[in-house]
Parts: sequence; C-alpha cells; structure tokens
Amino acid sequence: MRWSRRHVLDTDDWSKEEIEAVLDTTGAMVEVLSRPVRRAPPLRGRTVVLFFAESSTRTRVSFELAARTLSADVVNISASGSSVEKGESLYDTVRTLQALGGDVVVMRHSSSGAPYFVSERTDAAVINAGDGWHAHPTQGLLDAYTLRGALGDLAKKRIVIVGDVTHSRVARSDINTLVPLGATITLSGPPTLMPSAWRCGQAPPGTTYEPDLDRALDGADGVIALRLQKERQEGGLLPSLREYTRVWGLTEARVSRMRPGAPVMHPGPMNEGVEIDAAVAHGTRSLVERQVTNGVAVRMALLYLLVGTPTLEAS
Amino acid sequence: MLLGADDVRRAISRIAHEIVERDRDLAKIAIVGIRSRGDVLAARLRDAIRSNENATVPLGSLDITLYRDDLTRIGYAPIVHESALDFSVDDKVVVLVDDVLFTGRTIRAAMDALVDYGRPRAIRLAVLVDRGHRELPIRADFVGKNVPTKPTDDVRVHLTEVDGRDEVELIARERVNA
Repeated sequence: MRWSRRHVLDTDDWSKEEIEAVLDTTGAMVEVLSRPVRRAPPLRGRTVVLFFAESSTRTRVSFELAARTLSADVVNISASGSSVEKGESLYDTVRTLQALGGDVVVMRHSSSGAPYFVSERTDAAVINAGDGWHAHPTQGLLDAYTLRGALGDLAKKRIVIVGDVTHSRVARSDINTLVPLGATITLSGPPTLMPSAWRCGQAPPGTTYEPDLDRALDGADGVIALRLQKERQEGGLLPSLREYTRVWGLTEARVSRMRPGAPVMHPGPMNEGVEIDAAVAHGTRSLVERQVTNGVAVRMALLYLLVGTPTLEAS
Repeated sequence: MLLGADDVRRAISRIAHEIVERDRDLAKIAIVGIRSRGDVLAARLRDAIRSNENATVPLGSLDITLYRDDLTRIGYAPIVHESALDFSVDDKVVVLVDDVLFTGRTIRAAMDALVDYGRPRAIRLAVLVDRGHRELPIRADFVGKNVPTKPTDDVRVHLTEVDGRDEVELIARERVNA
C-alpha cells in the first residue's frame, strides 16, 4: 500500500488497509525502541511543532519522544505562558507557526475541529492530538495496536468501552479504528453520558449500547475504561461519584466476567477508585503501561509516514 | 539469464566456505541479511555453514528503510518492516548479506543501522551479484558473481523462498523507467 495522507485529523474515513499500514509500521518502531541506541534518522533536519492549547503531559511527552527518536527537532508551544494566553487568536497562532516553518504541527485543542482549521491554513502536516469531544486518532491507533498484540486478529472480537462516551474523543477514535479491523464494540455507561441517538438504537455501525455493565462484560474479549471527568457530577449528569463507581466502576469481580485473561485498558490518567479499582488497574490483565509504551511507537509511525520523506513537489 | 539455480547454490556454498576461511573463530561470526532478499540468502549461508562446520552462527535481518538517503527520489514513505537482531553484535564479525551490490547506498544505510545495535569487531559484505557503478567507497568481501552492466540495466534476483525459483536475470534497458 502506498501512503497518501497529508494530515491525521480523524480516522473516521480511514480504510482497513490504511489502519493496518500504521499498525505494521508501529511494529517496526517498537523494534527501534528496543535497540541499544534508540534513534533512527528519517526525520533529520525536520521540525515538529507541539502546539498544546489544552494541558496534557503524557500525550505531549509521547509525541516529543517519538519525534526525537526519529531525529527531528522539537519546538513546544503551550497555551499557558504563550501568546495564546495573551489573547492571540487561533488564526494568528497558525500564521506564526506557518512563518516559523515547522514540517509537522501536532496539536491539542479544546475546540472540536480546530485541527481542520489549522490544516487548511498551513503547509505543515497536522496531527490531531485530541480536539474537544471530537477525535483523538493516535489514541485509537495505539489502543488498536495494543489490543492486536494481546488478542491477535481483532475480527469477531468484542470489546467493551465503558464510561462517559458522550464527552469522549477517545471512545469515538477507538470505535473508528477498531470497527474497521473487524471488532464489535459494546458501549456501556450511564444513559446521561451516552449520546441520545446512540442509546436509542442508532449506535454507530459495529457498536451496541448495553447499560448493564455486568451483561456487557459477560464473555467479552477486552474492556477499555474511559476517564471520568469529575466536573460531570457538578454538571448534574451524575448523582454522585460513589454511585458511578458502584454501577460502572471496573472491579476484580466485574472484569472476571470476561473471557479468561481478557485485557483491561485505560487511556490515562486514571481516577483509581472511581472508574477503575487499583487492583484492576495494576493487575495481571492491565495493559495500561503497554499502552503508554506503544503510544510512542504509534506516533513515530505516523510522523514517519507523514514526513519521513520529502514529497516530490518539495524536493 | 546471469545465474541459474545451480549457479546460485554453488555461489552460496563457496561463500559459506570463504566466510569461515577468513574469520576462523566461528563463535565470533554472525550473519545479517538485508531485507527483502538478503535475509533469505543470509539464512541459506547460515544453513551452509551449519552443515559444513557443524556450528550454528547467529542470524539476523535488517530493514534499512529508515536509513535510506534516496527517499526523495522515491517520493513517498515506503512501509517499514521490523528488523530482527536478537543477539548482541558487540565484538562480533558481522557478515552483511545482500542480493545485488550496485551504488553501495543500501550497504551504507545497513552499516548505519547496524552500529545502532552495538560495536561489531568488523563488518564484512557478502553479495550474490556485484554489478558495479558504485557511488560510495564500498566493496564486497565475498561475491557470487561479478557482472558488467550498464547503469540503466536492471538486475533481478529471484529466490525460491519468495519468488518460487532461483534465478538471476539481467534486463537490458536503454533508459530508466520513471
């Protein structure tokens, strides 16, 4: 397959072949990360701009490690302490990024769709590192890679996604990535935190909604717990965190309803004792740390595929 | 046709002997093939050494896509495959194996990749066909066959494991197809 995308904004229109190309390239990057010298040269002389207008440590560090491992130069622009805080508009920030001449802009923004706005106004390749409630494509891809490593071929595998689906860009990107690979998804969580169409029989293809978590987990091949934002309770969508934990928290007893050895994942950072018990988060089924390691490799794969080589026009 | 199945078999058998003749300490020798035909030849060399010497030398494979300097000319990112080098190259005599030696750029990239795994005592080069037209100061230590070619010619190596038959053919071309 020949890679032809210029940006990674959302995986909702990706083919199975494109997703598999990224996952296969990720395997090669995992091997690079295991070498005594963790560095390869394909992005030498390239600049990767990390533009995080919403706070994030892990995703930013993961992208930074990925870019440095491929020998790129890295520039950080965060919202706090930059001109964004002084009231600069997104448009002005984009003009500045364009003038600085980065080859890739990795961006996180609290507004859904912001990466599209940027991609239309810059020559750089844009990677969406999370925009509002919309998408977090690299998380979806790293979850797919991690699940594939644990389960093999994902065809006919049933994965449960539990939590605040409405406000979760991770859930959307997981669905967009796992369903084309043949997996089916059972969504679970409070009805107040599920898009109303999805809980009324209009869930996306390949997914179903099952409000009873125990029933959702019965015989499942894996589960992904979403992070519960504590402000959801203040917004009136949850009676209390304790009730959420009692009904939708992942406990040892609950996860053992899945197939023996079925993995447990979480995009982090975890609220231990809320959406996931500490015993489960650090138990034998947990792939949480593997997700973090694989995240670097997935991001390396995307950086390589987007700018590992100059385009013919540019050269 | 430049080489038939018997020629390929004899060349590999001869190179296997030459490798051991050159570096007698079998415990120090490792064979590393460059994907995607060199790794097949490397496995055959390992097997030949095993049957000749009754000793198994470590075998690895390298994918050098990340180290190529000609990506601009291809214009798109080729899919990177996994390298497999599960032994330490430190202090080993590493014999790099490739099918065709041409400009030398692949070998340069392979040496760059190899030193990221450690510090070999020496790196040697074994190729099935040396077709000339080097662009870098690189030469092979073990050669199956030297073949005079035009820069525009195409040398195609077919190996049973990937192509169903052993054969090396020269396709004469006046101009390189874009």
